[in-house]
Amino acid sequence: MSDRGQTAAAAIRPQVQGLRATHLSAIVNSATNLISGLFEWFGNLGIFLWQVVRAAVTPPFEWRELIKQLDEVGSKSLPLVALAGSAIGIVISLEARYSLGRFGAKSMFPATLVYSVIQVMGPIITGLVVSGRVGAGIGAELASMKVTEQIDAIEASAINPYRLLAATRILACILMLPLLTLAADACGLFTGWFAQAIVEPLSFHKFIESGFRGATFSAFLPPTFKTAVYGFIIGLIACFQGMRTRGGAEGVGRAATNSVVLASLFLILADVVLVKFILVVFP
Amino acid sequence: MATIQTISMAQGAQGVCDGTPVITVEDVHKSFGAHEVLNGVTLSVSRGETLAVLGRSGTGKSVLLRLIIGLDKPDSGSIRIGGEDIAKLPIHRMAEIRKKIGFLFQHAALYDSLTVAENVAFPLQHHRREMSKSELSDRVKQLLAEVGMDNDLNKMPSDISGGMQKRVGLARALALEPEILLLDEPTSGLDPISSREIDDLILKLQRERKMASIVVTHDLLSAKTIANRLALLDQGSVVVEGSFERLQKSDIGFVREFLKQS
Repeated sequence: MSDRGQTAAAAIRPQVQGLRATHLSAIVNSATNLISGLFEWFGNLGIFLWQVVRAAVTPPFEWRELIKQLDEVGSKSLPLVALAGSAIGIVISLEARYSLGRFGAKSMFPATLVYSVIQVMGPIITGLVVSGRVGAGIGAELASMKVTEQIDAIEASAINPYRLLAATRILACILMLPLLTLAADACGLFTGWFAQAIVEPLSFHKFIESGFRGATFSAFLPPTFKTAVYGFIIGLIACFQGMRTRGGAEGVGRAATNSVVLASLFLILADVVLVKFILVVFP
Repeated sequence: MATIQTISMAQGAQGVCDGTPVITVEDVHKSFGAHEVLNGVTLSVSRGETLAVLGRSGTGKSVLLRLIIGLDKPDSGSIRIGGEDIAKLPIHRMAEIRKKIGFLFQHAALYDSLTVAENVAFPLQHHRREMSKSELSDRVKQLLAEVGMDNDLNKMPSDISGGMQKRVGLARALALEPEILLLDEPTSGLDPISSREIDDLILKLQRERKMASIVVTHDLLSAKTIANRLALLDQGSVVVEGSFERLQKSDIGFVREFLKQS
C-alpha cells in the first residue's frame, strides 16, 4: 500500500472503531432494556397476582359476579369448544386410520383415538380456543373499562376492583376449563367414532369399551384437570393486560391482542411442564 | 413557588359552613415521572362548604381529587379526611372512608354494560346488602328523581346525552349518602343551559345535604354560582384562595389574566 493509502486507512480506523463501539453499545442497551422490561413485566404480574389473591380470600365475596362470569366463560364458550373438539376428533380419526392401517394395527384405533383426544388434543385445543375467545374478551372489556375510568369509579365506590373484576374472572376460567375440556373430549370421541363408523361399521358401545379397556383414572383425570392451570393462566394474563392498559382505543386493541398472544404462549409453555409433571407424579 | 394569597373564608351564600375542616390537604406534592404536577398544595374544606378549584389544563386539579379519594397517593404531604391521614390507612379502612365520599368523574364513568338504574343501584347492592329488592328499587328511583332522570331508568348510558350521563353520575355519587362530594368538571362539554341546570342541581343538593364539596372546573361562572370559596392553581400550587370578589381584587398577574380570559 502506498504511503497515501496507509495514511488514509490510519485516518478512518478510529472512525470505524467508533462506529463498531456505537453499534455494540446500542445492541447492549437494547438487550439490557429487553431484560429489564421482562423483569419489570413479571414483577408487576407478581404484584397484580398478590393483590388478586389478597382480595379473593377476604370477604365480601362477589358470588353474583362469579356466577355471571361462569356463564360468560363456560356456557358461551361451549359451542366453539364443542365444534373445535369435533373437528379434532375427525382429524385424529382420519390420520389414525391411515397410520394404523399401514402398520396393521387397526385394532388399536379406539384406544389411539381415546388417548389422543383425552390426553393430548382435547386439553390443549380447549385451552387455545378459550384463550382466543375469553382471553381477548376479558382483555378488551377490562381495558375499555380502564380507559373510560370505570375501574376507577368502582374503586371510588369503595369496591375492590381486584375482587370484583379480576378474582371472579380468573376463578371462572379455572373452574370452567376442565368442564369445557370434558365437553371437547366427548365431542371429539363421538365425531372420531362417527368418521370411522362411516367407513367401517363399529358400534359406539364397542368403540368406547375397547378404547377405555385397561384405562385408569390417573391416565385421564390429570390431563383433564391440568386445564385448570390453563384457565388460571388465561384469566390472570387477560385481567393483568386489561387492568394496566393505557392510551385509549389503541391501548384497548393492544390489551386484547396481548392477552390472546401471551396467554396462548404461556399455555403452551405450561403444557410442557405439566406433561412432565403428570408423567412423573402419575406414572 | 408562587405567592399564596390566603384570603378569609367567605361565608357561604349557598350553605351553612360549621368551620370544622372535613378535608385537609397539607403541602401535598405529586409527580408523574419527571413532571411535577402538584407542588405543595395546601387547602381545607369544612362541612357545608363548597370549594371550587380553578386553573389551566394540566395544573393538577383532577389529580388533586384523585389523591383525596385515594386513587393515587401523594409523594409527600398529608391528606386528612375527618382527621385521618388517608396515605397511612390500610385498604379496608380506606374503603370505609370512600363510602363517605361521592365522586363525579369528568366523563361520568358510568358502567356501560349496566342501565341507568343499575348504575345507581351498583354501590347500594355492594354496601347496603340488607336492603330488599323493593327498597333498593325505591331508593334508586328516589335518587334518579332528585337529578331529574326518573323517566330514563332502563336506558343504557350510550343512549343518553352527556348532561344526562352527568346527572346519573351524580345520582350514583349520592347513593351512599356521602358527607363529602368531589366533582371533576361537572359542566365540561355541556351546553350553557345544561351547565346551569347542573349548577342548580348541585346548589339544591348542597342546601339539602350540607356536604363538604370540592368542585374542579374551568367554568368561572359555574364556580362563582356554586362555590363559597375559590382556589386558583398555577404550576401545581394554590396562588390565590378566597371569595370571587377577592379574586377579582387580586393583583397577581396570573389571576388577573385568568379572570380576564374566563
